Amino acid sequence: MTAKLVLSLNGAVLREFPLTQERITVGRKPDNDIHIDNLAVSGQHALIITILNDSFLEDLGSTNGTFVNGKLIKKHALQNGDVIAIGKHELKYVNQNATAADGDFEKTMIIRPGMANTTAAAIQKTTEKAEKAAAATPGHNGAGTPEEQLPLAKVQVLSGPAVGKELVVKKPLTTLGRPGVQVAVITRRPQGYFITPVEGQHPMINGEAIADKAHRLDDNDVIELAGVKMEFLMMP
Amino acid sequence: MNLRGKLEMTAMSDVGLTRTHNEDSIGNDTDIGLAVLADGMGGYRAGEIASAIAINMVMERLRKAFERVCPGELDASTGYTRGTMMVQEAMNKANTVIFQSAQDQPQCHGMGTTVLTVFFYDDRMSVGHVGDSRLYRLRNDAFEQLTVDHSLVQELVDKGFYSPEEARRSAQRNLVTRALGIGPEVQTEVFEETVLPEDLFLLCSDGLTDLVEDSEIHLTLSKYSANLEQAAQQLIQLANQNGGTDNISVILVRVLTSFTQKMPANWYSRVVDWFG
Repeated sequence: MTAKLVLSLNGAVLREFPLTQERITVGRKPDNDIHIDNLAVSGQHALIITILNDSFLEDLGSTNGTFVNGKLIKKHALQNGDVIAIGKHELKYVNQNATAADGDFEKTMIIRPGMANTTAAAIQKTTEKAEKAAAATPGHNGAGTPEEQLPLAKVQVLSGPAVGKELVVKKPLTTLGRPGVQVAVITRRPQGYFITPVEGQHPMINGEAIADKAHRLDDNDVIELAGVKMEFLMMP
Repeated sequence: MNLRGKLEMTAMSDVGLTRTHNEDSIGNDTDIGLAVLADGMGGYRAGEIASAIAINMVMERLRKAFERVCPGELDASTGYTRGTMMVQEAMNKANTVIFQSAQDQPQCHGMGTTVLTVFFYDDRMSVGHVGDSRLYRLRNDAFEQLTVDHSLVQELVDKGFYSPEEARRSAQRNLVTRALGIGPEVQTEVFEETVLPEDLFLLCSDGLTDLVEDSEIHLTLSKYSANLEQAAQQLIQLANQNGGTDNISVILVRVLTSFTQKMPANWYSRVVDWFG
């Protein structure tokens, strides 16, 4: 039996929606898969992504918010029995297929390329819609080449004799510092840029010394190394 | 440059408590500084075949390339070292062979494997990986996962739908989005890292990490750091104590001393020169 959403208003069941599509939109506009014609509902209110036997709910920046069991959510992994509140309407998530607890579900399996593209695309699309001004974490992209999608970055010297100088960080490994005194390395990964101490005192990022692990670099971070201050900048 | 004496390696693989075959394969070579781990999948015993091909192909290609090419040299057009390009080429070649075998033999149809390759040279390493086998590093008591899984749950975590704890419990945690052998081409993820003396690296299949928490692995490595074989045995034992529901493979690499190819002063030759 497929999972489904049961739409109701004031306790009266209006309609059932089986979750047979990968992406199901909810909103006041008529082009939504679940069309709720009520002023408390935004034009594009929420999205439900279904991957195999699991469904995930995401609020699309609605005016009045999306609630699950009374709690305001942004993104939520749906559990059997969850009640989603959108405006004054309720959508109950019903999924009686407990995932089979046979030995085989532990086995590593490959999502076939076709499937990977659609599920990855489904996941990708949600961030395109829901993201606003807030800088997005360079996500791990299942489809396509993550490497190519990471923008270039540069380091700009803020102090010392080399003030104003710029270095574009495009190699996978860039070592910075003074050998014998203090050296750090900036690594470029699909997930973003990271700085790791290599020799001497640990560099400071925004005034705080970093640990022995890789420290993620964010736009405008100020790195202090071997007495030189520099700013890390993501290039548009 | 022969790395004998610079790196210490221990490699172990265990079938676990519930499986009848071990579809993981492992390989290592302390002379050229190479460690490779593969977790095979597919019907019947095809997983064993896929992972074995992966190990054999990658090791053979790298050994051959190592004779002709200096891994520490930079490839000017990509910015990667030759070592990294060698790793990527070897894994792509393994993919072709596994894919072809899968097409040619009906009982191997659909077989695939994860692969994790770590190649040490010139005080650095090139890492190539496809799938959800993992590389961790222990450095000065900082324990860190260096690879990011190519899996469905990892994507869900990245996009904010799952917390890491929910991902660990998810029924879909073993769905990989990339593997060797399932298509004519594969996206091998490669990266480079600097390597310091006393670094301890762990390569492992998900048979370990699905059953043993990172904090437990960290504790075990710290406790048994003087004896790599004991550490490896203990990790496998922990996984089996927690159910042993999958094959478990671990390779531990300890860096004993610097292995730079050039004179120490020149290792930093690529260091930006504002700091003098």
